[in-house]
This record gives sequence, C-alpha cells and structure tokens, in this order.
Amino acid sequence: MNSSVLRGATAVAGVGHAGLGAAHGYAEIEILAQAARQAVADAGLRMSDIDGLCTCSAAATMWAMPVAEYLGIRPSFIDSTMLGGSSFVAHLSPAMHALQAGECNAVLVCYGSTQRTSAMNRAAVGKMRQMLDPQPYETPYEPMQPISAYALATSRHMAEYGTTREQLAEVAVAARAWARLNPEAYTRDPLTIRDVLDSRMVCDPLTVRDCCLLTDGAGAFVLVRADRARDLPHPPVYVLGCATQVWHRQISSMADLTVTAASVSGPRALRMAGLSTQDVDLLCLYDAFTINTILFLEDLGFCPKGEGGRFVCGGAIAPGGRLPVNTNGGGLSFGHPGMYGVFLVIEAVRQLRGQAGARQQEVDVALVHGNGATLSSQSTAILGTAAAL
Amino acid sequence: MQDEAQAGPGGGPVPLGPEQTYFAYLHEGEWRIQQCRPCGRAVFYPRLACPHCEAQDFDWISPAGRGTIYATTVMRRGVQAGGDLNLCLVDLDEGVRMMSRVEGVDPAVPRVGDRVRARLRRDEGASLVVFELMEAGA
Repeated sequence: MNSSVLRGATAVAGVGHAGLGAAHGYAEIEILAQAARQAVADAGLRMSDIDGLCTCSAAATMWAMPVAEYLGIRPSFIDSTMLGGSSFVAHLSPAMHALQAGECNAVLVCYGSTQRTSAMNRAAVGKMRQMLDPQPYETPYEPMQPISAYALATSRHMAEYGTTREQLAEVAVAARAWARLNPEAYTRDPLTIRDVLDSRMVCDPLTVRDCCLLTDGAGAFVLVRADRARDLPHPPVYVLGCATQVWHRQISSMADLTVTAASVSGPRALRMAGLSTQDVDLLCLYDAFTINTILFLEDLGFCPKGEGGRFVCGGAIAPGGRLPVNTNGGGLSFGHPGMYGVFLVIEAVRQLRGQAGARQQEVDVALVHGNGATLSSQSTAILGTAAAL
Repeated sequence: MQDEAQAGPGGGPVPLGPEQTYFAYLHEGEWRIQQCRPCGRAVFYPRLACPHCEAQDFDWISPAGRGTIYATTVMRRGVQAGGDLNLCLVDLDEGVRMMSRVEGVDPAVPRVGDRVRARLRRDEGASLVVFELMEAGA
C-alpha cells in the first residue's frame, strides 16, 4: 500500500487520561478504564462502538485480554506489540492499517500503571524480569536499567561532542518551565540549572533531576477513519505519517550510542507526511532522561549530530524559545508511569485542538517521538490539523 | 528423558549451543569468543549465525584481552547495595563490544578512550571478565 494513500486517512477523535501522579486506592486496570472511558466519551462514542484495541503492559504478557474483558468489548482487531515506552506511538501504524482495511471502525489505544502507589515490590519485579527476559552478557555487571544505559550514552555523547552537564540540565529546566504552565503536571516547583547539577547523582553524569518521574497514570486515545472523524465532536487530528524502527535490545549491542533509530523512523514518518522538519510547529519527544531530548533533536533532523547540547541552550526549547518541545512538561516533569508514549500523543492532540490552556502554541503540525527500553525502539508520528492536510 | 539429556546422537556428549559453550569455557577459567571462519570477524555476544556474513561456522578464540573504553558510568549505590560500581562498554581490539566494569581504581576514574586489559575474576565458582586500566602508552 502506498504511504500517500494512508496520509491523513486516519484521525485521533478522542483522548483521555486518569490517575496522573499518585492514584491512591486504585488498581492499574481501574485507572486504565477511567482513561479509556474518557477518551471514548471525548470522541463522542460509546464503549460498545470500540472494535479495535491496542494496549500492552510492562508486566502482564497477555494484557490485551484482561483489558478487553474489563472494558466489556469484543475487539476484532488487537495489537499488543510491546516495544517499551514507544509502544503506543508504534500502535498507530497497525491501527491505521486495520482501519483502512476495514477490519474495524474505532480503535482504542490505552495504557495505565500504578507503579508509584501499588504495593508491588520493585526489587522482586526486577529479579523476576531477569529470569523471564534474561540478558546473560549484561546482568552479571549489575546494570541499573534503564538509567545505566542512558548514562553510558551520555558519557559517549559528552566525549565525542563536548556536550556538558549544564546543557543536559537545560533540558530538565525547560521541561519544568512548561510543567509550570500545565496544572495537570505532577512536578511544578521552580527548577534551575544549578538545582539539577546539585541534585543527587544516580548514574554519572545523570542526577535524579536528569531522570523522568516515577508516577502513576493512565492515558488513552481513539482512532477512526478520517471521514468518520469529521462527524465527531472535536476537530480531527490527522495521522499524516508514522514509522517505527528497532535496532537492538541491549545497550551493549547498540552500534553507535550517539545515533538512535530515530534517525530512520523520523525521516520515514516525515516522508509519509510529505513534510520536512521546517513544517513542524511542536515536538513531543520521549524524555525519559535529559540525553533523550538532545539525541532526538539531532536524529530527527532539528539540528546536526552533536549539536543537540548547544541547540537547547538559552531556553531554546522552553516557553518563549525558538522550538516548543514537550509543552506538557514531559516525562521529566509532567509524569512518567513506566511507559509514557501514550501521553506524547495526548499532548500533541491537545495542542492541535487548541485545548492546551496557558501553554497553547500555534500548531498545525506536531511531531511525536516515542522511545523504548534502552534507546532500543524508536517510533515517530506526524500529527496535524485539517490545515496540514 | 534423563538419559537423552546426558547423551547426544550416537552416544556422544550433547552439543552445547553458543551461549552454554561460552559459559562452559568461562566456568573452566577460559575466556573465549567466537570468530567466524568464512569472514574472519570476531563475534560477541555468541550466537548461532555470524551477524556479518550469516555463516554458522565459528572458531572459539582467546581474545588478547586488550580494549578501549567506549562508554563509562558510575552506578551510585548505597553501601548496603554494594557501594558505587563502575559500568562500561569496552571495544576489544578484536573488534567487538561488551559490557563490563573497570576494577582496581575509583569507579569514576576510567574515561572514554582509556585503554584497558581484561582479567578473569572468579566469584563463587562463576568467572566474570572485568578490566583494569593499562598504563598510559601501553
């Protein structure tokens, strides 16, 4: 199927989230269901209209089934591909294909986690993961994953391109400045570059403020064919392009720690959209760690390789800067419930609909970029308003 | 089933896959990695087919044990968790990369580009390949 046929053929019709921050007293499936119901209602649909389901979990290997059961739906299209945090951006492509092939008419993409408040023993889960998903050539060295992998990538970027801790801190400070404009963001205290540099070192050179938050949260969105979206309550947000690329699993198998597969997924998504980086008004980048934003700005073509640290300086990606990045506050300050990909899409939709309140930008084209595991999976989507069609 | 597990076809020993072969060597105190016979390139981690030429024909060679730090970090851990620990990626002179750690110095001392030499460390019967910094110019 030619990409140009799919450009703009599918639209996001509804978004919703629930349990952001700390969802005391609620189970994972319950906040997921709250977010799902919100997204379906936002789309002007009923749960019984949903006949496609995309979801996955960091723990449950058969997650699509309990989700379908709990929501009381009987989907004819299911995709539960698990690529880590990028998954819910990666789900766009199969969902789009299924919708266009007529396998289903309304796809619900959803995720939820109560990692912050649940009684789950994180150390025990870590041990279990080592047994179920062994990495025998890395585990003996006791890496603290995922942060160790990102710290290694940071060390390489610093050595090769002279990137500094201050430049990394700029990313965290910009994210916080955006979060301060978003009443839904979890962490909204003022943050300075000095604060980031002076906070607790976790994995050199990354401090706790270079790392995303550990929060609860659930998010969902609904995809329909574009013709149907035009009859639903909100202005459609069109999927203009999307592409996913996987190069490795383990950080020790990544060929060049300064170049991610975003350097392929980004251009592929833009090509499908028939657009260039200059057409992009706003970016939602998966900022699990401050180095991510720098790597993705480079790999997606917003600055040359190695220039990401210098690019973000002087508040360039903060409110009032030259390129709005992660306007909700990102994984660094908005929230990060284990996997964050679904929230990238939600923020882009809010901005494209003009529902972003104090942080609203003038946006017709948004680039969403998801990352999974240890820089392992990369998934880019280009979303746009009717003006971008 | 038990008998079959102990004897391969024709009564010989059960052949081991690349992963178990690697760890069996390490267990005997020998560090060996794969080298593809047809294309001559070293391969790590051990696998069934050469990632460069797809051949499935390997020698198990002993690396010279010298390499260069490609990336490095210090995992800041409490004393109870074992204390601070170095974690690095080392590019062996044979042309492959592996995760390891540098021992013998403060974990923050190793730098990207430093030359290192491998050492086999034996802990509770298991052998682990770790590295030490080589003197400048070595």
